[in-house]
Amino acid sequence: MTFNYKLRNALAGATALTVAFAGTIAHAWEPTKPIDFVIMAGAGGGADQIARFIQSTAEKEDLTVRPLVPNNKGGGSGAEALIALNGTKDPDHTILVTLNSFFTTPLRQENLGIDISTFTPIAMMGVDPFVLWVHKDAGISSFEDWVSTVQEQDGEYVMGGTGRGQEDSLVITWLEQNYDLNIKYIPYSGGGEVAKELAGKQIMATVNNPAEARGFFANGDVVPLVAFSDERLPNLPDVPTIKELGKDFSYYNQRAVVGPPGMSDEAAEYYRDLFQQIYDTTDWQEYMSAESLEALPQTAEEAREYWNLQIENHKELMSKMEEGA
Amino acid sequence: METLGLLADGFWLAIQPINLMLIIIGVTLGLFIGAMPGLGSVNGVAILLPITFLVPPASAIIFLAAIYYGAMYGGAISSITLGIPGASTAVATTFDGRPLAMSGRASLALITAALASFAGGTVSNVLFTLFAPPLASVALNFGPPEIFALMLLAFATFIGLSSDDISKTVFSICIGLVFAAVGFDQISGAPRLVFFDISGFLHGINFLVLAIGVYGIGEMLWTIDSTRGKITTSEAKMSVKGIVTDAKEGMARSWRGTTIGSFLGFFVGILPAAGATPGSLMSYGVSKMLSRESAQFGKGHPEGVAAPEAANNSASTGSMLPMLTLGIPGSPTTAILLGGMVIWGLVPGPRLFAEQPEFVWGLIGSFYVSNFFALLINIAFIPLFIWMLRMPFTILAPLIFVLSIVGGYATTRDMHDVWLIVGFGFAAFFMRKLDYPLAPAVLAIVLGPIAEPTLRQSLLLSSGDPTIFFTRPVAGPITIIALILIFLPLIKKVWDRRGGRRPSAAE
Repeated sequence: MTFNYKLRNALAGATALTVAFAGTIAHAWEPTKPIDFVIMAGAGGGADQIARFIQSTAEKEDLTVRPLVPNNKGGGSGAEALIALNGTKDPDHTILVTLNSFFTTPLRQENLGIDISTFTPIAMMGVDPFVLWVHKDAGISSFEDWVSTVQEQDGEYVMGGTGRGQEDSLVITWLEQNYDLNIKYIPYSGGGEVAKELAGKQIMATVNNPAEARGFFANGDVVPLVAFSDERLPNLPDVPTIKELGKDFSYYNQRAVVGPPGMSDEAAEYYRDLFQQIYDTTDWQEYMSAESLEALPQTAEEAREYWNLQIENHKELMSKMEEGA
Repeated sequence: METLGLLADGFWLAIQPINLMLIIIGVTLGLFIGAMPGLGSVNGVAILLPITFLVPPASAIIFLAAIYYGAMYGGAISSITLGIPGASTAVATTFDGRPLAMSGRASLALITAALASFAGGTVSNVLFTLFAPPLASVALNFGPPEIFALMLLAFATFIGLSSDDISKTVFSICIGLVFAAVGFDQISGAPRLVFFDISGFLHGINFLVLAIGVYGIGEMLWTIDSTRGKITTSEAKMSVKGIVTDAKEGMARSWRGTTIGSFLGFFVGILPAAGATPGSLMSYGVSKMLSRESAQFGKGHPEGVAAPEAANNSASTGSMLPMLTLGIPGSPTTAILLGGMVIWGLVPGPRLFAEQPEFVWGLIGSFYVSNFFALLINIAFIPLFIWMLRMPFTILAPLIFVLSIVGGYATTRDMHDVWLIVGFGFAAFFMRKLDYPLAPAVLAIVLGPIAEPTLRQSLLLSSGDPTIFFTRPVAGPITIIALILIFLPLIKKVWDRRGGRRPSAAE
C-alpha cells in the first residue's frame, strides 16, 4: 500500500510553465462578483491557515478582480462544505479549499449523495506530511521506544486527533494494526488544538502536520519521532521516515482547490490561472518550505486520476479501520 | 524591570505618527462597525485585513487591534440604544442596557459601558503585561475536564441564584441546549436535528441569529404590545454636566460589576476554547449572583451593563494571549489576526515573545493606547447615539426591524437565517409573555457547543468514569462549587422546612 505522490512531478512541471505563460493574457471569463471561498474546516486549523494565506496573497499581489471571501464550513468533517458546493446556485463564483476529508467524508457518509468525480479540479497547492509527536517530558526519543511504551500501557495510552475517520486517525489506526498497539483516541476540533493539548500534556502523543506543531517544536516542548513522508523532511532532517523503519507507507494531507459540479470551462480556466499565479509567488513558495509542504503540481486530468487513486487508497485504509474497530 | 523597558519601547512604537493615526482611524471604524448589528469585530477585521499589507507588520497588527478594541466598545451602543446586540459579545449588555435606555437613562448606560470597557481593557492590559508567559501555561493546563467544569459553573450562576422561576430557567436552558446541538456533531461528524431536512440547519443555529431574533425582533414586538405604539422613547437630554453626573453615578453603582467583569473576563478570554462572548455572559451571571441588589438585574441596573462590558474588553485582550503564545485563536477575530500574522512572516507560538519582542511589545503598547482613544472617541459620540433614541418610535421600530434582518443576513449570507430570526423573534415574544427568562437560553446556545465536546472528551479520557471531574486538582473544586450553586435553591428549601419544623417538634 504505497501512496506515491511524486510520480508525475516532472511532467506537471512542464505544464505549469505553460499555464504561467497563459496567465498573462486576457481571460475569456472573469468573475463579476465576490468569490465564495469555502474552507472545508473550522477557523484556526491548518486548512484554514492555508486558505487565509492564499486569500491574503491574492489581495496583496492584487491578483483578482473580485475578492475571495473566506467562508468556514467545517461541520461534519467537511460534509457541510461539500453539500454547499454540490447545491450552489452560482458554480462559477464558488470554490473550495479541501483536505483529505474531500475523499473520506463522502466514503463514510454515502447518504450525503456527494460524488466527488463531478467536482471541477482547479489547483493542487501542495501536500502536507504527517509526523508523530510526543511531549519532551515523556522521555521517549525513538520510534521503537514509543512502540514499547504504548504496548506496555495497553489501552491506556492517550492520543488526540481531529476525529475518527480524519487524516490523523487513519494514520493512528494504521500504527495500531501494524505494530499491535491499542490506543485511546480523543477527538478535538482542529489540528491547532491538538498540538496545544499535547504541549499541555492532556494527551500523550499526536499525529500532526509540521505546520501545526511548529511553534511548540521550536520551543522544545514536543519531540518528533517519525515522519510519514516519502523522504526525510528538509525542516526535520534528523527524523527518520517510517519507510526507513521498514514499512512501505506514507500519508499526506492534500491542500487542493476545487470547483463545484457544473462550473463552466471558462471559469475553471480562470481559477486555474489565478491559483497558478498565487502558487508562483515568493510568499507561497516560502510558506511551503517553512511549513514543510511538498509540491505536487498536476493538470486537471492528472488531478482526476489522483482523486481516483486517493479514493481507492482511502477505501482500503477505512475498511481496515472498521475491521479494527 | 526588563518588562517595563520593553513596554516603554512598545509605547514609543505605538505613538509613532503613522501608528497613532492608524489607532485613531481603527478605533473610530471599529466603533461604528461594532455598533452595526450583525457586524462585529470579526467582520471589521476581515474586511480591513487587506489594507494592512500597505504598512509594516507592526503597524498592521496595531491597526487591527485598534479596530478590535473599537468594535468591543461599539457593540454596546446598539445593545443599549436599540436593544439589538451590536455583536455577539454585547448580548449580555442588552439585559440591563435596554431597560435603562427605555427609562430615559440611556446616557447613564452608555457612559457606564464606556467606563467599564476602559477599566476592563486596562486591567487586562496590566495582567497581560505582567503575566503573559505564566498565564500561557495556565491555559495549557486547562484540558477538557477543566473547561467543562467551568461551563458547568457558568450554567450554575444562571440557575442557582436566579430570582426567576427556577423551573422556567431550567426549561429555557434546555431549549438553548437543544438549539446548540443542531447541525453536525463535532465528535462523530453525524448530522443531528436537521429539522425537515432543510440544509440550512446543517451549519447549526448561529448564536447571533438567535440573539438578534430574541432581542431585536422580540424586543420590538414586546415594546409595541406593551405600549400600544404610543411611546416616546426617552426624554434624555445631554449636557457636559449631565455626562459628569452620569459618570459619577455609573462608577459608584457599578464598580463591583466592573471589577468582576475585568478579572473574570480576562481569565475566560485566555482559555482557547472560550472567548469574549462566554466571558461577558459569565460575568453578568456572577455579578448578579454577588450583588446585593440582584433583584434589580434585568430591570435596568448599571452593574448589569458594566459587568459584561468590562468582561468583553478584558476577554478580547485575554484571547490575544493564546493566539500569540500558543498559536491557538481564542475567538473568531483572533483567528483572522492569526492568518494576518502568518502572512507577515510571524510565527505565533511559545517563541514569539523571545524572537519578536519589538512586534509583541508594540502590540501590547498599542492595546493601552487604543483603549484610551476608544474611551475618548466613544464618549465624544454619545450625544449622537442619544439623539438616535429621540427619534419617534414609528421611525425607530422599522429601523430596528431592517437592521435586525440585514444584520442576520450579513452574518452567514443565508436567507434561511433570516427566517429563523423572524421565528425566534415571535417565539421570544410569547415566551416573555409567559414569563420565561430568555437570557439562559442565549447562554446555553453560547456555552453548549463548548460544554458538549469537552464533556464527551473528558469521559473518553476516563473511559466513562465521571469522577474525572472531581479528582483533577483544578476541575475538582470548580465542579463542586458549580454543583453547590445548582442545588442551592433545593438546599435552601430543605433547610427552611427543617428550620420551620423544629420548633413545632419541640412542643
